[in-house]
Amino acid sequence: MTLGETLERNGISRRGFLKFCVTTASLMALPPTAATAIAEALASARRPSVIWLSFQECTGCTESLTRSFAPTLENLILETISLDYHHTLQAAAGEAAELAREQAMHANEGKYLLVVDGSLPGPGSNPGYSTIAGISNLQMLEETVAGAAAVVAVGTCAAFGGLPVADPNPTGAVPVSAVVRDKPVINVSGCPPLPMVITGVLAHYLTFGKLPELDEYGRPLAFFGQSIHDRCYRRPFYDKGRFAETFDDEGAKKGWCLYRLGCKGPMAYNACATMKWNGGTSWPIESGHPCLGCSEPDFWDAGGFYKALSVPTGNIGGTAAVAGLAGVAAGAVGGYLSGRAKKDARTAHRQVTADELEQKL
Amino acid sequence: MMTPMDFLLLVRGPLFVVAVAIFMLGFGIRLVEILMLGRARNFAEPRGSAMLGGFRTVYRRFSPDPGTFERAPFDVVIGILWHVGFIVALFLFIPHVELIRKTFGIAWPALPNPMIDAIAVITLLALFAALVQRLRDPVKRFLSTPQDYLVWTLTFLPLLTGYLAYHRMINPYPLILGLHILSVEIFLIVAPFTKLTHMVTAFVARWYNGATFGRKGVQS
Repeated sequence: MTLGETLERNGISRRGFLKFCVTTASLMALPPTAATAIAEALASARRPSVIWLSFQECTGCTESLTRSFAPTLENLILETISLDYHHTLQAAAGEAAELAREQAMHANEGKYLLVVDGSLPGPGSNPGYSTIAGISNLQMLEETVAGAAAVVAVGTCAAFGGLPVADPNPTGAVPVSAVVRDKPVINVSGCPPLPMVITGVLAHYLTFGKLPELDEYGRPLAFFGQSIHDRCYRRPFYDKGRFAETFDDEGAKKGWCLYRLGCKGPMAYNACATMKWNGGTSWPIESGHPCLGCSEPDFWDAGGFYKALSVPTGNIGGTAAVAGLAGVAAGAVGGYLSGRAKKDARTAHRQVTADELEQKL
Repeated sequence: MMTPMDFLLLVRGPLFVVAVAIFMLGFGIRLVEILMLGRARNFAEPRGSAMLGGFRTVYRRFSPDPGTFERAPFDVVIGILWHVGFIVALFLFIPHVELIRKTFGIAWPALPNPMIDAIAVITLLALFAALVQRLRDPVKRFLSTPQDYLVWTLTFLPLLTGYLAYHRMINPYPLILGLHILSVEIFLIVAPFTKLTHMVTAFVARWYNGATFGRKGVQS
């Protein structure tokens, strides 16, 4: 069954489907004509096999993607792909589940998409921190990635290590890209990522047969090309220097900028500001909380959620005072010593007459 | 391997503390040494206030004397332009004020970002013009030492990296923000040991000149 037929059976009209394609095209900054291409490609696409591996994660990504806002087209697209293995969603358990994974791997050798959420204990660390059916995460990833067309690392844990990698990284966790070297890896970061981003990536892959353009961190530029700060509706307040100082002061009530409360919008690249969450209802900054920068590497250790980005993390005031005093003391000692040397030279100075000098010559 | 975020955390944390410590230590030593040089006691009866004359001159020397302007208008205009631009960008840019507020507990209103942006461009251009002039003018080139070029670079880099960070012209963002902070740290570390000390000693020297005249009861 093609995707188009499945959508039709689920009561999605051609008009609704085209609307989704247009939205996807515009979201990904493709020309308007691409919408037709997306529609044609998606409608005739065979259900692509997707194997979903969940490692050291909290299932938040799966929650985000599957319960986005029912019933949406994103959701149906997700359901329409042949999700052959996803141990949170599938009914099968234990050996039967593993069998399904192996079958999908053999049947779609070289063609299936591998989606990973969660980080995994790295090659050098104890594999016992995370296993599935007695198989270590690393082994399962290496086995499954061998026949995959591409890997989509969903969520900040899979993309950059996320929470498991946070200092002191007890499990020796690494992101997917640290293990997978010979296959294209696309990072869809966020804690969790926006549902539309993953469907957008899948739609792009189904339409063009390749992954979209990526940024320095391997993320699709269409969604991660602009910072939260640059697209934030509170940006005019930042430019004018109007800030909320606490969570319930006058500024907070007036919706002023949350920079002083530690907003990481200036360093966070994501589509929250434009696409929002829960079907466009709201997003963290609109609800009055600073952006945590959850789509960025090491966001857990990025110097404190509630500390402004430009504020140094060390004790600068104290250091400046102590070092200044030490400098004054050292200067005083230096000044005293050179003063004494000068005085000594003055006392030791002996008048020499021209006659004495001539005798010496 | 060091990630851009590791780098940013390093320069925002321990390196910044080290840079500020060296800056304060260095300036403490340099200033106290200068002040402890002392001067021979002047037994002449003072005809005016040394203190007042000193401060008057500190203020008056902000405006160049007409002779200097006629001889070297370029130096005066460009010099004032980039000095003022540098100080405005340093002390009236929102994230900088935020840094000062969190560190020392004092703050003042900042300028809107688009204004700082324009001022930064003018300052960068003025600094560049100053360098071109230094290289083209045979007398200036002859008088320039390697330290002059070093100090020019150290002044130029924080502005340039700040501009690049504000406009996100280098990615990922933590890398360019980290480079901006690093360039400031190098500036802070080197400042007490180069002619950059003039940021403090210029005022000491002006006051001393003015105090001498003030004591004699003459204007300077």
